[in-house]
Amino acid sequence: MVNKITDEIIDYVGNLAKLKISDDEKEQTRKDMQTIMDYIDILNELDTRKVEPMFYIFPVHNVFREDVITNGDDKAHMLANAPKQKDGQYQVPKTVE
Amino acid sequence: MMAREYETVIGLEVHVELATKSKIFCGCSTEFGGAPNTHTCPVCTGMPGSLPVLNKQVVEYAMAMGFSTHCQINQNCKFDRKNYFYPDNPQNYQISQFYLPICYDGWIEIETKEGRKKIRIHEMHMEEDSGKLLHNEWEDFSLVDYNRSGVPLMEIVSEPDMRSSEEVINYLDRLRMLAQYLGVSDCKLQEGSMRVDVNLSVREKKRKIFGTRTEMKNLNSFKAIARAIAGERERQIDLLERGRQVVQETRRWDDMKEYSYAMRFKEDTKDYRYFPDPDLPSVMISDEWMESIRASLPELQPEKQARYERDFRLPTYDAAIITASKHLADLFEQTVALGGNPKKVSNWLMVETLRLLKKHGEEPEQIRFSPEHLAKLITVAEQGSVNNRIAKEVFEKMYEEDVDPEVYVKEHELTSVHDASVLKEVVKQVLENNFKVVEEYRNGKAKVFCFLVGQVMKEMQGKANPTMVGELLRKMI
Ligand SMILES: [Zn+2]
Repeated sequence: MVNKITDEIIDYVGNLAKLKISDDEKEQTRKDMQTIMDYIDILNELDTRKVEPMFYIFPVHNVFREDVITNGDDKAHMLANAPKQKDGQYQVPKTVE
Repeated sequence: MMAREYETVIGLEVHVELATKSKIFCGCSTEFGGAPNTHTCPVCTGMPGSLPVLNKQVVEYAMAMGFSTHCQINQNCKFDRKNYFYPDNPQNYQISQFYLPICYDGWIEIETKEGRKKIRIHEMHMEEDSGKLLHNEWEDFSLVDYNRSGVPLMEIVSEPDMRSSEEVINYLDRLRMLAQYLGVSDCKLQEGSMRVDVNLSVREKKRKIFGTRTEMKNLNSFKAIARAIAGERERQIDLLERGRQVVQETRRWDDMKEYSYAMRFKEDTKDYRYFPDPDLPSVMISDEWMESIRASLPELQPEKQARYERDFRLPTYDAAIITASKHLADLFEQTVALGGNPKKVSNWLMVETLRLLKKHGEEPEQIRFSPEHLAKLITVAEQGSVNNRIAKEVFEKMYEEDVDPEVYVKEHELTSVHDASVLKEVVKQVLENNFKVVEEYRNGKAKVFCFLVGQVMKEMQGKANPTMVGELLRKMI
């Protein structure tokens, strides 16, 4: 057990992901995360010095589009998804740095 | 105790907006200044189930920038998600490159007082821009415009190789010139198509270890950058002199108050939880693709300057100034192609154009007059139909409103009077009205000659050729 997952780590990570985690959930989450980390520890024991690094998981590459404007003004349709809107813009709680 | 000497250590993170027509992952327009949210779709507003598809042009622009800054190219590169929550970022992650940026390990050469210096480039990566938040002091909400969300950006990260604001400005100038020559970005600081974050620390001279650095944001002009560097250097030295420590943080520069303020939002790289974006297949850049981009690179500034000196016989100084701006260079070549004498075209651009740009606080990209009109003005002045002073007046009008010089000269009756009989009559009149001065001239007071020329020019309302006036005066006195 190289990486020990503590309650503090669960709180920290939960906060980064903006998740509210109840005490019961917290214990389960901590166990799940510990299992994942332990598995990674096992993988780390393997000697991979002679293995070519895999830099991407899917066997697909170079899917491109040409630089062409294909979308027009779809504002009304797009804004219909907003919980709140005002003056053609998305209204959100005040965020000022 | 002797006052300690400090050295400023600066690295830059520069974002340039790439000049594509459409966004990086969708077919929405990148045009600046549209009504809010008129250039949006499910992809760039982060709707669930939407699929981003990479704009090929973005990869090619990035490669072009990489080649011209001596970078290595990651022939296997991919996109990663940078996770954070903020309303300008509708997906709750920004698509960027973290593990395998497209370009790395390059350099740009700058001129310093001590000679040429290489500023190393750590990496350059492709990413998407965020939306724009609008705050109103009186309301308890913010509004978001996603037109900018998904506009392609290239982030250029330098090594901490700069030591003064002069070096920083010089580096930014070179970078901007490169991007403009390549047509990769217009790099306008005011419009936000070039954004600069300054990482700065200070250390006692001759020390090897870097001090703790801060990152400064919100720098909207070269002047603001220079002021921010001076201000932050002073703040950090003051802390150290008082035995306190510099805190690693992001600070926002307030150019009005000339002071930076720590931003509440703290971030640490690992907090972004970067991971490969599974929606975007990797990018594999073949040798052939690289070669074709390398082969299609346009003529850059050093070659252009050499060509101007060789083909147009411009002095080194002139060629350097004109080619410093791609826009000015284009204007020069177009005017010369229309038959303008290269030396004359270069003079109008270097003297009058630069003077007016400075006077109006404008950039060469904002020049309104056409090469056709500049060529016409040169012809009009060459044929002697207007004199120098009037030509400058017409040029000023042309600079402001792009008037056609031929039409303007005709409409305002500015053509010099070549009709000798008309001129003779005026000269005769002036000599009669100033007989005392004429007497002085005859008695050897040569200085008064200029006065007589001036009087004739005044009578002619400037519409005479001063050389011709001089000749006539000498003949008739
Ligand atoms: Zn879109």
